Order: sequence, then structure tokens, then C-alpha cells
Amino acid sequence: MSGPALPGLIDGFGSIIRRDLLLLWRRPGDLLNPLVFFIMVSTLFPLAVGPDAQVLRNIGAGVTWVAALLSMLLSLNTLFLTDFEDGSLDQLLLSPQPLPLLALGKTVAHWISTGLPLVVVSPLIVMTYRLPSEVVPVMMGSVALGTASLSLVGAIGAALTVGLHRGTTLLSLLLLPLAMPLLIFGARTVSLAAGGEPYAGGMNLLAAYLVGALALAPFATAAALRISNE
Amino acid sequence: MTHILKAEQLSLFRGERCLFDSIGFALASGELLLLRGPNGSGKTSLLRGLCGLLEFEDGKILWDDVDISRDRQSFRARFAWYGHKTGFKLDLTAEENLAFESTLRAPSGLAIRDAIDRLGLNRQRKLPVRSLSAGQQRRASLARLLLSGVKVWVIDEPFTNLDADGRALVEELVAEHVAGGGMAIVATHHDMLAGGNVKTLEIGR
Repeated sequence: MSGPALPGLIDGFGSIIRRDLLLLWRRPGDLLNPLVFFIMVSTLFPLAVGPDAQVLRNIGAGVTWVAALLSMLLSLNTLFLTDFEDGSLDQLLLSPQPLPLLALGKTVAHWISTGLPLVVVSPLIVMTYRLPSEVVPVMMGSVALGTASLSLVGAIGAALTVGLHRGTTLLSLLLLPLAMPLLIFGARTVSLAAGGEPYAGGMNLLAAYLVGALALAPFATAAALRISNE
Repeated sequence: MTHILKAEQLSLFRGERCLFDSIGFALASGELLLLRGPNGSGKTSLLRGLCGLLEFEDGKILWDDVDISRDRQSFRARFAWYGHKTGFKLDLTAEENLAFESTLRAPSGLAIRDAIDRLGLNRQRKLPVRSLSAGQQRRASLARLLLSGVKVWVIDEPFTNLDADGRALVEELVAEHVAGGGMAIVATHHDMLAGGNVKTLEIGR
């Protein structure tokens, strides 16, 4: 039963992240799509609603979070699609590495390429809505926790719909119920912080969601991939 | 060490349609199995099922007389799959693709550069797979078989898009692998000799 030594688990995990980031480096356009969508939606609102500072302050947290959620949802359907189309998913499924770890690696790369840019530009959005500058760390923290959870949970949906043509609508329908708590906690946390009220509870709930997703999602994603790729 | 791969009573359905029913074979180290059948007879599905990429409705697969359902993960690791899709990222070079895959598998002892040389792609080494011709992409994915260092090569229609040299190369590589104590299962409409130890399985008749 014993063959030559397998590469370590961390090697496989690290190398799939490196490969996906290298691919992104070669096609930086993929990075821009979700980011541009996020910036457009959240900067168009102030133009449409008008410059009333009080109104903007009230809607800022909610609009930003909705934009972040939608931009993540739009990017998720490609998570496994190219791997499915070019056959590299077959090779991943056949590799002796544990599939949940590879799925987690792909998810991490997805978050770095879609969620992290949103976190980086979110201070800009805070300014657009004339929210107090103390909100910046709360906005960045909550968006970081929320988008990471969305990448993890979204990977399950992306894996389930990968073999279906035009699965984007189905994917969004599958994910919306799972994403609702994130939207509610996230937006509320930011608006509490903007009003100068204690917001630690919301952050804790977002963190708890992330920990749960981190523990369960890679296994569900791996199982879904095996089914969808038949 | 000699290994034996046995398949018994394999059946596969697609919806209501039966692709094949009660198929079986036995293959030992140093043997080549040619899989034949008309288009749509389920050759690709049978190969994918053997690799563990899809589940059979019925039947079992034994490796050295042990049912593989006991340890699918290590069973999968014995197979190298060469299908219609190249399995390469088009924006990376063949070398980068192969280097990535080599981090997932046990080392075969063969350097990636040597495998690429062997397939005659040395000059295209720095090009992204996207800019290779269809035949060159097929050659590059043959390099995966060489580098995988595994016992069983499962090959679906290896001659598609290949020129005469390429076809001879496939024959040569498979013959070498089999002669070195490996096994190969090949679905093809062509004849292959592979040093003589050839079995044939007809499906869809």
C-alpha cells in the first residue's frame, strides 16, 4: 500500500492558492468586475438620492452591504466553472490530496480576488455617505468577515451548480437565504457604529458565522463537486 | 510487484437509458486493455467510472482482490486520467500547469523539462497553453501521464488531433509504460500493439 511519499497537505493547499492567484495576475480583468460593480452601485446611490447628509448617513450602511453581497454573488458562479470547462476539475478530483482542502484553497483564492478588494475600497464608500470616520474600521472589519463567509458558503452553491448551464440564477436563489443573516448583521453593525452605539455583538455574530462556515463549507463543497462533475 | 485490477458486473444508466450492463474484465500489471465500441456506447463513462469520477449503478471494482469502496482515496491516486479536455489552465504555460499538478501528487522521479522535451514541446515551453495548437495541447497533456508516476493510465481517444509522429509517440509511451509493469486502459478506434499483451473489451453491441 505504501508508495512514494505524498507531498504534504499544506503544499497542495498553498499551491492551488498560488495557481489561482497567478491566473488572476495573467487576467487582471477578472479582479475588476466585482470591484467596479461594488463601486458603481454604492456611488450611484448618493447621486440618485441627493446630497442630504442625514439621508445618506441613514442608508449608507445598508446600501454598501447590499452592493457587497450582490457583487460577491455575481462573481461566485465562475469559481469552479473554468476548472469544470477545461477539465482541470477532473484532475483535482483525481489527485490524492483531500478534496476539502483543495476546495478551501480555491475559496481562499476567490476571497483574495473578490472580497479583499471590497474591504480595501470600503473606506471610500464610508466617506461617500458622510459616515463618521470612526466607522471605517467597523466597515472594513464587517465587510472582511462577511465576504469571507460568503466565499465559503457560496463555494457550496457554486460547486452544486457547476455542471448546469446558466446556473447563475439558481445559484443566487440557493445562496440568498444563507446570505441573509450576513446582510442583516453586517448592515446593522455598521449603522450601530455610525450612531455611536455599541456594535461588538454584531461583529461577534459575523465572526461566529465565519467560524461555522470555515468548519463545514469545505466538506460540503467537496461533496458537491464530486456529484456535479459526474 | 504485480497488481490485478478487476471489474465485475459494472452497469451504468443515464436517466432511463442503460449504457452498459454487467461488464467485467481483469487486467494485470504489464497488460493493455483496449476498449472498443461505437460512438455513444459509454466508453468515456466507463473510463470515468473506473477512475472514480462517476459512480456505477451496480458492480464492483477490485484492486488486488480488495474492493475499492473501502479506500477510494488511495485507489484514485493510482490512476492518471487523459480525457477529451486537456485539464490545463489556458493562461498558464504547460510547464506551469504541470508544476502545479506535481505539487499534488507523489514525485515520479521525472523532471518536468524532460517530459516536455520528450513530447517535443521544448520550443513552446514559455507559451501559454492557449496559444498552442490543438495537437500540441494534447501532447502537453500526455506529459501529465509521464509525470504522474502512477500504475494505471486511463486514456480516452488518445489519437485525436495528433499527427503521425504524435500517434507513434502515444503508442511508444503506452508500450513503455506497460513494459515497465504499468497498466493502461485505452478507448480508441485504432489498433494498438503495446508489446503484445493486449486485451480487448467490446461494449455497446
